[in-house]
Amino acid sequence: MLPAAFDYRAPTSLDEALSLLKQHGDEAKVMAGGQSLIPLLKLRFSRPELVVDIARIPNLNAITRDDGHVAIGALARHVDIERSNEVAAAAPMLAEAAHWIADPLVRNRGTLVGSICHADPAGDWGAVVLAFGADIVATSQSGKRVIHAQDFFQGPFTTALKADEVVMEVRIPVAKGGAGGTGGAYLKLERRVGDFATVAVAVQVELEGDKIAKAGIGLTAVGPQNIKATDAERHLHGKEPTDEVIAEAARLAAAAAEPKEDARGSVAYKKDVVRVFVQRGLKTAIGRAREARS
Amino acid sequence: MKVAMKVNGVEHAGDVEPRVLLVDFLRSNLRLTGTHTGCDTSSCGACTVLVDGEPIKSCTSLAVQVEGRSITTVEGLAQGATLSAVQAGFHEEHGLQCGFCTPGMMITGTALLDRNPDPTEDEIRWAISGNICRCTGYMNIVKAIQHAAKVRAAANAAPRETAGAATGGQ
Amino acid sequence: MATEVHMHGRIGESIKRKEDGRFLRGKGNYLDDIDLPAMLHMVILRSPHAHARVKSVDTAAASAMPGVIAVVTGELMAQHKLAWMPTLSYDTQAVLATDKVRFQGQEVAAVVAETKAQAEDARDLIVVEYDVLPAVISPQQAKEAGAALIRDDKENQRDNHIYHWEAGDQATTQAAFAKADKVVRLHTFYPRCHPAPLETCGCIADVNGATGKATIYMTSQAPHAIRTVFALVTGLPEQNIRVISPDIGGGFGNKVPVYPGYVVATAASLLIGRPVKWVEDRNENLISTGFARDFHMTGDLALDKNGKMLALRVHLDSDNGAFFADAQPTKFKAGLFHIVTGSYDIPTAHVTADGYYTNKAPGGVAYRCSFRVTEASYLIERLVTNAAIELGMDQAEFRMKNFIQPEQFPYHSATGWEYDSGDYPRAMNVALEQLGYDEMRKDVEARRKKGEVTGIGIASFTEVVGAGHGAEYDILGLRMFDSAELRVHPTGKAMLRMGTKSQGQGHETTFAQIVTEELGIPAADVAVEEGDTDTAPYGLGTYASRSTAVAGAATAMVARKLRDKARKIASHLLEAAEEDLEWENGRFYVKGSTDRAKTIQEIAFAAYSNIPEGMEAGLEGVHYYDPPNMTFPFGTYAVVVDVDKGTGQVKVRRVVAVDDCGVRINPMIVEGQIHGGLAEGYGIAFMELITFDAEGNCIGSNFMEYLLPTAWETPRFELGETTTPSPHHPLGAKGVGESPTVGSPAAYVNAVMDALAPYGVTNIDMPVTSDKVWAALRAAGVTE
Repeated sequence: MLPAAFDYRAPTSLDEALSLLKQHGDEAKVMAGGQSLIPLLKLRFSRPELVVDIARIPNLNAITRDDGHVAIGALARHVDIERSNEVAAAAPMLAEAAHWIADPLVRNRGTLVGSICHADPAGDWGAVVLAFGADIVATSQSGKRVIHAQDFFQGPFTTALKADEVVMEVRIPVAKGGAGGTGGAYLKLERRVGDFATVAVAVQVELEGDKIAKAGIGLTAVGPQNIKATDAERHLHGKEPTDEVIAEAARLAAAAAEPKEDARGSVAYKKDVVRVFVQRGLKTAIGRAREARS
Repeated sequence: MKVAMKVNGVEHAGDVEPRVLLVDFLRSNLRLTGTHTGCDTSSCGACTVLVDGEPIKSCTSLAVQVEGRSITTVEGLAQGATLSAVQAGFHEEHGLQCGFCTPGMMITGTALLDRNPDPTEDEIRWAISGNICRCTGYMNIVKAIQHAAKVRAAANAAPRETAGAATGGQ
Repeated sequence: MATEVHMHGRIGESIKRKEDGRFLRGKGNYLDDIDLPAMLHMVILRSPHAHARVKSVDTAAASAMPGVIAVVTGELMAQHKLAWMPTLSYDTQAVLATDKVRFQGQEVAAVVAETKAQAEDARDLIVVEYDVLPAVISPQQAKEAGAALIRDDKENQRDNHIYHWEAGDQATTQAAFAKADKVVRLHTFYPRCHPAPLETCGCIADVNGATGKATIYMTSQAPHAIRTVFALVTGLPEQNIRVISPDIGGGFGNKVPVYPGYVVATAASLLIGRPVKWVEDRNENLISTGFARDFHMTGDLALDKNGKMLALRVHLDSDNGAFFADAQPTKFKAGLFHIVTGSYDIPTAHVTADGYYTNKAPGGVAYRCSFRVTEASYLIERLVTNAAIELGMDQAEFRMKNFIQPEQFPYHSATGWEYDSGDYPRAMNVALEQLGYDEMRKDVEARRKKGEVTGIGIASFTEVVGAGHGAEYDILGLRMFDSAELRVHPTGKAMLRMGTKSQGQGHETTFAQIVTEELGIPAADVAVEEGDTDTAPYGLGTYASRSTAVAGAATAMVARKLRDKARKIASHLLEAAEEDLEWENGRFYVKGSTDRAKTIQEIAFAAYSNIPEGMEAGLEGVHYYDPPNMTFPFGTYAVVVDVDKGTGQVKVRRVVAVDDCGVRINPMIVEGQIHGGLAEGYGIAFMELITFDAEGNCIGSNFMEYLLPTAWETPRFELGETTTPSPHHPLGAKGVGESPTVGSPAAYVNAVMDALAPYGVTNIDMPVTSDKVWAALRAAGVTE
């Protein structure tokens, strides 16, 4: 099918983009890679009056590292994250997740920021930014504001963004001075390449000595939005990662999941895969954290 | 809305509604019908073209999105009568049957080899995992790309030799 | 001195494909690539409901939209007696709904406009009022007393039952079951799936009022049959209808039926006086065009105490959708399902089949099924593996014990088939050796001891293809012969035209090779054309693996006819008696003096310039071939799988496929066909599914829901071969295109069943998805 007609603007400055959004509000849709929006336009599920293509705005595609964060710019594509040296050095779990998004062709166009703003409960990046406890930096004509990942996702395809706001970057907190002592894993069960996840799990841990100092667990496709498994995270804090501790965290994460039964499986199935994946993911992440330290 | 882009080395301009998809601009406005549409959910890759050397789905791109960019379609792979290494590989290894997925496959294969001249089988299969084929079961497509890699390597080693041969009947 | 010409491209040579050039350059001529002057674009409005009365269709707003030339409704079609059309199974199908809609996705109206975008914009404004009715979504529901009557348009239709059909012998089978030491039962559902060729269906109808000629470009696997059907349906005189099937981007049976879109486009072109193009979207293709399978089957196998098969009893309920539109030979309501005794020497069998209407898209015979052989082969091969497991016998050994033996051919099966040739033990042994079966079994045992879930599956299928002998095989009364017309030009080049139509199977190469073999003209010099009904001889098209078996035979026969005439011309040129001439390597030479020779090229020129007195000039002929019997390709496939206990995911570790399709004309093309079918079988076994909710909403009408395997999931295939020629085919060839889809799904599923056998699991219906495997493991107490 072909999209219904719409107006299109490709602003070359952030100010121009923000002005358009202020003017058109809900009738406008922001587009970066278009890999989520264009399919909706073609099926006529989305019929905006105006599409604001932000791809011509300079300096939005960078992936940068400062002490304490890796910043992913609004136009940084999945493939850019997969190939980034900064990501590989400081937050390699991002690259692992990027590898599993959609298919290679979509990864050449789609963006992390676009993906989280689309807020599909089966979107991979939502779980990742929740696991890292990332900050989302939004801007409008009224100014900048920082939204914590936990507050960003508010329901299926619903975020905390206002109609006149654009996300400039996502800031991933990383250990100062390299990945030392941190490790992550992204596990995804998909029926085939290109399908949305049946279940996916993002795990990120920071070790201090023999114990887990920090743990982040994000879940994909098992709820009305991406889920942060806070009970499981709290269970891990300050503990030695024994098999029992890990198994209990996995159980708690599964309990936090609210999947729906569908063609991909039953509620019981999806919860159990959460459990299995959190278990596997924690073991992998801890192993990597130990390696990164040595 | 005015749009201008380079396609297979030639500058093109058009005046299209913003909603016109890149695949339809190529097929209808430019009469380059080698790029195909196979689905409506961005799932099959039959529409794959190169934009500044990177393979993307042209059904999931507006024509106006690639303003000023450089596009390569299947029609731009050959050098005159001389098929590219990838095209020659598909012919030599029987990498096509109905031919409908083939332009997209060859475009993706070309981009892969441009980036990774000696891919493993797993790397090839991963690279083409966004391109569906119903006829071949992928076995000979993998062989075709491996064949092309060898041809390219030989051509790089001996630059005087041609990279492909004018083959394939009419 | 005779000139030597290299006869390149004989049977058995893997020559590269002649048709590749245009596809490699992006110059294929697919339906949607074709534009005609003044052409309009048509889109179809489809029903959102599975079952509903149509109360009103308001097209006023749509008709007023820019660029719109016409909005066509069922009412308008009815005025021209085109609201209904015949199906290929002697039923009727709605072209555009008038009284009711009977499946979600059914055609309700059509918009014809200057551009496709304008047509889609106008389509959004058509308002249809529906009264929703309860939906019937399975044969079980269709049978229930009080079930909604779907075909209330048919006089004398009181319920949702379509047909009852039987094969075999009930009495002897019953007697055999009474005496059996053991009976193994399998109830299994082969779910609805879809051929989903990468190119969707479409047509351009160009009815020219000035010339009276109707030219219809159509994605059709059977253009001549379509032309005849169109003549009967529209009343247009058949000599003025030209159907052109251009390059087709995959068919797999999806492009055999007549779809309402073709009829509406033709009617629109007739009424408007301009060409009308209709190309369906993918969701239309999946929701409304010819699906495949949807058979509910129960098989009982009677055995003696030594594991010898005594009898087979099968009942099936067929879900045919809202109209009975199976594309299959008339006499066989359940296709060739009664091949179900398969490769086994079973003395007696009884098959019963009942077909039902449901509120789903019509069809069932498609997707490389050889007319329901996929369903039959799946049932018997699953039943046989289950029986082996239950008896505690090795799957391969149990099959060997019950195979029809080579000396029993030609074999008369309990359901009336005469199998032409076969050597099942040999194919099995080749497969087992290629797999390293004994070592693999030991490896499986060793892994199981470590707690792994792993297994080996085997399927030994016998196919039946090559439809078919005219007295038994017809579609709508058109007998299933096929044809080849061969014309050799003065310069010794040739043109071959056939009644078949390739959709990627390589006919332009394979059939040229037959001419090379029989007439000595190099394959490169033989142009092969199909698909234009004005020029090609009448044929029934390409599907059910019939092209090599029937049109290939016709090609051999016509080439031999021309060779006979060439001998006469050579005799004249060489001034030697015909019986003194030998034929070799494309030339006739006088016995004992090989330098007194004439090449076929020299003979060709002479056919136009130096013809013997009293002989007609030219070197051309046509042959219509009526096959004396079907052909019976066969093989053994073996699959090894590993199962992830935590997630239930199945990883296929190895696939060994040994096929016997008789003589292979182009081995490279044959192997390509086998790869493709093994991949489709993999998709069917593990991920492809069209299903419906209780309201009849279709789940699986786009490629996000209907999953096709990518290069990443698809396993690597290891091929082997044996060759047991067909005794009745002029070349000994049997055909192969559908063997892999017939044989492989059971092999894949048997592997998973073997892996789960230690846990007491006896059946998982396809698609064998990870959640089903997980559930089976958890029920047996297995967890990670």
